[in-house]
Order: sequence, then C-alpha cells, then structure tokens
Amino acid sequence: MPRTIALLMAGIVGCYGLNWFLSEFIEVVYVDYLNLIGLSIILAVGLNVVNGLTGQFSIGHAGFMAVGAFVGALASILFTYGEIAAGPLEHAGLAQFLLCLLFSGVAAGVLGVVVGAPALRLRGDYLAIATLGFGEITRILLTAQDSLGGPTGLKRIPKMPLLPGASGWDGGTSVFWIYLFVFVVIVLAVRLQRSTFGRALIAIRENELAAETMGVPSARMKVVAFVFGAFFAGIAGALYAHYQHSVRPDDFTAVRSIEVIVMLVLGGLGSVTGAVAGAVVVTLLPQLLRPIEEALGIDGLSMVVYALLLVTMMVFRPQGIFGQRELSLKLLRRLIPGRRKESP
Amino acid sequence: MTNPVLDLADVNVFYGAVHALRGVSLRVDEGEVVTLIGGNGAGKTTTLAAVCGLLRPKSGKVTFRGGDVAGMQTHKLVAQGLVMAPEGRGIFPNLTVEENLKLGAYTRSDKAGIAADLKRGFELFPRLAERRRQRGGTLSGGEQQMLSIARALMARPNVLLLDEPSLGLAPLVTQAIFATIDQINKEGVTILLVEQNANIALKHSHRAYVLETGEIQFSGPSAELRNDPRVKAAYLGEG
Repeated sequence: MPRTIALLMAGIVGCYGLNWFLSEFIEVVYVDYLNLIGLSIILAVGLNVVNGLTGQFSIGHAGFMAVGAFVGALASILFTYGEIAAGPLEHAGLAQFLLCLLFSGVAAGVLGVVVGAPALRLRGDYLAIATLGFGEITRILLTAQDSLGGPTGLKRIPKMPLLPGASGWDGGTSVFWIYLFVFVVIVLAVRLQRSTFGRALIAIRENELAAETMGVPSARMKVVAFVFGAFFAGIAGALYAHYQHSVRPDDFTAVRSIEVIVMLVLGGLGSVTGAVAGAVVVTLLPQLLRPIEEALGIDGLSMVVYALLLVTMMVFRPQGIFGQRELSLKLLRRLIPGRRKESP
Repeated sequence: MTNPVLDLADVNVFYGAVHALRGVSLRVDEGEVVTLIGGNGAGKTTTLAAVCGLLRPKSGKVTFRGGDVAGMQTHKLVAQGLVMAPEGRGIFPNLTVEENLKLGAYTRSDKAGIAADLKRGFELFPRLAERRRQRGGTLSGGEQQMLSIARALMARPNVLLLDEPSLGLAPLVTQAIFATIDQINKEGVTILLVEQNANIALKHSHRAYVLETGEIQFSGPSAELRNDPRVKAAYLGEG
C-alpha cells in the first residue's frame, strides 16, 4: 500500500513536471497532439484488457466513451454554472472535476455490466456485432436527447481545474490530467497482467473450456475485464469533453471504436506496451501525413498512405509491433547482440 | 462396500433432438480407478461433460460426495474437488509450463501448499521440470498430456476425470502416462478414466463400464472384462 501511494505521488509529480515543461517550451499545436495521444492510450490500454488479454472481441468501445463524455460534461456544467446556458468558459473546481470523472467512470462501468453480462455469452463474430450494436445504439439515443443538445451535443464544458502555480500556463492543465490517467491505467493494466487474475484472463483467451475446468469462473471474469475497459473509456470520454469544451454524439461513431482496435492490433494484441505504441502511431500518423498531402496538393492522400501502411504492417508483421511482448529491461538486454543466450 | 464418491443414476442427455446418453448409471468408489470404454461417438466424453457441469442432463442424478451436482457450474465443482483434464489436453499455449500449473491451483490460496504441489508435479513428471519456462504450445503431445494431468492435480482433486489420455500418443509414451496414473491413484486420488484404447484402460483400472450408443452395455471388474468374449471381439481385436 505505501508503495502504491508513493507510485501515485511520483505520477502526480511527473505529470505536473511534464505539463510545466510543455507549456513553457513547446508550441500549443504539438501539445494538442500529445493530449490526443494520451486520450488514445487510455482507451487502448483499457480495451486491451478485454480484446487482448481476455480475447473477447469488443468493438463498441466508443459507446462507453460517449456515455462517460456526456455524463461527465453534464455533471461538470451543472456543478460549475448551475444550468445549461451560454456564457464564457470557466474552470471546473478540483473536487467537482474529480467527482465528474468518477461519475463518468462508474456510469460507463455499470453500463459495462448491463451490456457485458448478456453479450459476453456470445463468442467471436457474434460478440463483435452485439458490441458494435451497443455503440451505435448509444450514439443514436444520445442524438435523440434534446435535453442534451440533440445532434449538436453539449457545449461550454468547463476547463479542467487549475493547479497550484499553474495559472500562467497557456495550454492549461489538460496535459497533467490526461497523463495522470494514462499513468494510472498503465500501472493498473501492468499489475493486472502480472496477477493471478490476469493469468486467468489469459487462460480464458487461450482455452475457455480448460480455464473453466481449472475453476476459473469465466463468465464473471469476462464481465470484470469488460468493466475495466468500460470504466477507463468513461474517464477518457470525460477528459475528452473537458478538453474540447464540447461533445457531439457523432464524436463517438463506430469509426472511433475501430480506431482503438487498430491501435491494439497494430501495437500487438495483449501487450500494454503495444497498446501504447499503437495509440501513438494511429493518433500521430494522420497528423504527420497531412503536411505532405498539402504540399503535394492531393486531397485524401494521407488516408491512402495511412491505410497502405496498415496493410503492409499486417502482411509483414501480423502479430503487431510488439506481439505479446512487453518493453522491459529483459527485452532490451536480449536485443543487444553478443549477449544472447543459446535458445533450444 | 464403501460409499460411492461419484454416482450417476439414470442420466439422460440430449444434444437438441439427439438422445446422446440413455439412462446412464455408474458408480465410482473412493480410491478406485474406474474406466469407461467404448467406440467413437458412444457418449464417453458426453458422460464426463455431464459429470463436470459442462452439460446439463435432461434428467437423472449426478451425486458427488453425497450432494446433487447435476448441472452445477464447472468452476464450482473444481473447488469441491471434482477436476477434469479435458480431451485434447486444453493447454494454454502462450503461458509457460509453470504458469499453466499455477492456474491449476486457481481455486486455492494456500501458497505453501501450492508450492509443495508444484514441486510434487515436477517430481511426477521430470520432463515438465526441464521445460518449466517453456511455452505450453511448444511441448510435444506427450508432454502436453503430462502437463494436463499435472495441472489438474494442482487443484488437489478428490476425483480426477481423465478424458482420453492416450489420444494421439505413441505407445511408449502412453505406457509412461498410464504408469503415472497408477501412481497418482496409489497416492489416494480416485480416477474416472475415459478411454478408446480398451486394452490399456482395462490393465490400469479396477472396474470398467462399456458404453455403446449412449447406453451402458455391461460392466464389471476390469480383470474379468479383459477375458470377456464380447469385449475381446469388439474392443481388444481378438477372437
């Protein structure tokens, strides 16, 4: 327990330092990329527990993000302004903001149980279709809610709370908050993976029947994994809402769910490092390709190159960048030639 | 007569409209090795599935240590001491041998006991000790079968259900596996063994049931059945 607290403190200090450094020395455009990457990492590392570790192919992740975004946004607006009305943006209070994030995570998590308990009885393609359906239903239901702004969604979502000594930061405190949760989700995912519980999830992926004959309550454990992913998707949604200051239901189409899957497959399903790497590549690549597209004057070129890269990757390295491996000292040591142990 | 530790009474199982088990009754006493032999599609694996909760019988009773367990969830039965080593071995290919074994002890929390049983498993199957850091999927068929049995033992079963341990193995490897099965039984584990290889199953069991098209045809002490002309003709390739 004291180790956990020390780790969390280190995370807080580290994120604070990162935010200070970025707002001091780096242009806002690049900080924006970094924030988008952070949000992607939270989504990808969370979904990796479901799709990678437990092997349950869910493609409705955007649905949980949408619920988190709208719950968090609405709560934050009501806490800060008392009503949905036009006016200047304000900062959310620290306690209120944390409460909003909690609401978002819990709302998405509860929905994870409601959707997961029946849907996870399905396998393979059927589960994929059911979760895809859930994501789309969520988006359409949100579009139909006039009280939540209908298709235009919620606007004037408060800024993330200020931190002591951060009043002069022009990019605000979004880096701190987003990367704090990046840190939390990665630490939790790594610990989960190394625990007996995590090994049981892998066992379900590898052979569900055999896992059940080992005494692993597979039905319940799949739901727990699903809720883990949903909870962090909810948090990511709330952070996204506070970062953009507005959310529309159409921010959470099936394309967004698929994007998260692409991150996982590209990075290596089942690897936390892979999920992070995939999130970085998939978020950054279109942004990096855009200047080339503009220079050449061919509209849509970036998407073509992006798609080609993915296809090439899947042909030559179908297991993804990291496969199931993690970036660790052991792996680095193995990559240094000359010290390799003879393998049988 | 001792009390049966596992008792099936008039168990009927359907796959849709197909009547797969027709009133199967069988009994396993404490400390016995009981084998269930029969041809392809006779219902041997279905019987095991009905015992360990993978299938819910339409009617009939499955009693384990005095309690009705028909249709109880598999993972709950494991905690009660009824453990199956599934057909096709069910190895987790991307986990190491040691991780596979540790998962066998999933329902237990006594760390010292688990460590001792892990050591015991490696003594029983020295080949597994050599390969403890190797991934399960890289083992040979015989080694996977050893791992499957060793893993099931990690749950400290009262009754161990073995589904076709000889499947796809060379005769010598099969011999070795069955020698270990004898040893496991001598150490106090009751075994219900499903086998297609009637010859070896009858040599390594106390009693046997012969299953055909979902019905028990006859049963008796294994030593007697080995000389029974019906068994000889149908399953031992003699007479």
